[in-house]
Amino acid sequence: MRKGDVGFRVGTGAFAFVLILLVAAIGFELTRQSMLSIQKFGFAFWRTETWDPVAEQFGALPFIWGTLYSSVLALALSTPVALGIAVFISELCPDWLKQPLVFLTELLAAIPSIVYGLWGIFVLVPAVRALEVGMPAPLRQLPFFTGPPLGVGMLSAGLILAIMVIPFTSSIAREVLKSVPAAQREGAYALGATRFEAIRAALFYARTGIIGAVMLGFGRALGETMAVTMVIGNNPKASLSLFAPQYTMAAVIANEFTEAADQLYLDALIEIGLVLFIITLVVNGLSRLLIWSMARSGSRSRAAAAAAPVTATAA
Amino acid sequence: MKKAFAWAVAASLVGGATLVAQTTINGAGATFPNPIYSKWFAEYNKLHPNVQINYQPIGSGGGIQQITKETVFFGASDGPMTEEQIKAAPSPILHLPTVLGAVVPVYNIAGVSSDLKFNGQVLANIYLGKITKWNDAAIVKLNPGVKLPATDITVVHRSDGSGTTYIWVDYLSKMSPEFQSKVGVKTSVNWPTGVGGKGNEGVSGLVTQTPGAIGYVELIYALQNKISYGSVQNAAGEFVKASVQAVTMAAAGAAANMPADFRVSITNPPGKGVYPISSFTWMLLYENPKDKAQGKIMSEFMKWALTDGQKYCAELGYAPLPASVVKMEMAALAKIKAS
Repeated sequence: MRKGDVGFRVGTGAFAFVLILLVAAIGFELTRQSMLSIQKFGFAFWRTETWDPVAEQFGALPFIWGTLYSSVLALALSTPVALGIAVFISELCPDWLKQPLVFLTELLAAIPSIVYGLWGIFVLVPAVRALEVGMPAPLRQLPFFTGPPLGVGMLSAGLILAIMVIPFTSSIAREVLKSVPAAQREGAYALGATRFEAIRAALFYARTGIIGAVMLGFGRALGETMAVTMVIGNNPKASLSLFAPQYTMAAVIANEFTEAADQLYLDALIEIGLVLFIITLVVNGLSRLLIWSMARSGSRSRAAAAAAPVTATAA
Repeated sequence: MKKAFAWAVAASLVGGATLVAQTTINGAGATFPNPIYSKWFAEYNKLHPNVQINYQPIGSGGGIQQITKETVFFGASDGPMTEEQIKAAPSPILHLPTVLGAVVPVYNIAGVSSDLKFNGQVLANIYLGKITKWNDAAIVKLNPGVKLPATDITVVHRSDGSGTTYIWVDYLSKMSPEFQSKVGVKTSVNWPTGVGGKGNEGVSGLVTQTPGAIGYVELIYALQNKISYGSVQNAAGEFVKASVQAVTMAAAGAAANMPADFRVSITNPPGKGVYPISSFTWMLLYENPKDKAQGKIMSEFMKWALTDGQKYCAELGYAPLPASVVKMEMAALAKIKAS
């Protein structure tokens, strides 16, 4: 019995260790393969704007900017919708509609990204172009809306990413809400809370899990390649404008890797992969930190905080 | 008894296998010639059932890398290897042109249905971002009688590294010193302006959807998808609309100055009736292969591809090699030390 326990522990522990090893090996290999570029450009690689394969001048800034900008935009657009879906399905939806809705959100996640890309080119981009053309001139003066109305660009990329991220965020948020103990809601109702207030209390209770769901969506948006490259315009120039064609790290690797024959060019592309790897690690680390700090402060004042909105209205 | 029978079956199987010894040769490289290469290898296998040639269309860059690392027996590329790459190769590599491709300008201007005329200078200035309106004097001058609107030009280029881009910028660099110095020639370049579409389909998709757009696609792609395209002025001053014949003629025009290693750009060649934005695509072979038997087979295959194989060009939309170039290549094949 005890022997079996030890074997089980060692076995599962070994699998967990393989995971750590795998991440370390990816980081090591990316660094090794991009040595030429790291030695030549150093930290300037992170803040140089030029990407010129002919002159062999490489900088990752426009791609870093494009990746973060499109992902943040996708997050801003998708989070309210995804949470709305999750709350409706778990709290308000009539039973007969629940399964079809769950099925449909999960179906969205199963669509291959190339299909999203094609839909983006033929449906989304023309619609975005019409929106851009129709935008009143005073608004066009804002730095977010400068440049010619091309349709392809940051706005299309953000929109398509948002649609792709919604099923991930909403599915996990739904599961998290499901795991909120019934006593939470019952307690709220017992104190005279309305439906809305009870849901708010449940959301508050589940906040760390919900943040986790949102961050998972962010991770997905950072690495998405095919659909984005088909609608973003693929122009390595960082810009604040949502109308401007821009570029992402994943997209430039997918686009240029097959035809990159020079060693420095190849190393620079692999270093882009390294940068993406580091940024993903940092983002995930920060979200862990956020969840951790929330969980800690939450446990101290959870009772008071959860009750506060309810008692306020009850009084 | 049963056992003896099983042994007999096994022995006959082994015997059968040695009777038709299969030779498998692996290659990798450019995607552009993949349809005709696949056709060639399949047809050649019908003629010589013991020869099986595998080809992976992983891109020209990949083809050059793999032959340099000796992981494949032959490579293929849309652009010739650079001096640097040749130095990196373990042994001398023979470039052999197989077929020709061409790149054509496509555009989308509301109200203009006739074919537009371009020249290298105008195309270079459009892609440099210096000509920004369709009714620019330079374009109007080339197209008398066409009513061009004051629409903004949206420049569309390939976002993926591509032999198509290589041919296009090679031509523009020859026609405009400014383009040469500001942009240069490679499978991917730092474009001064415009948006990038992935693949021929990405570029043509963006062009057909964006009013005022101009882009460039492979001739085969335009022909197969019935996309109309403009004509381009050649070195003799004629405006030529790309066709398979005009592309073969461009190669014939360039044959007079063919270097011994076939590493030549044939954009803007001399001669009448030639289309100026064309290029060879190359097969890359070891001059001194490690496996002599495979070297001999590959050399035999090349002889077939350069002669009988050329007849498959027409149905697949490629331009065949002119007779003069084939003759030079047949002589060059003798360089392969296969015995």
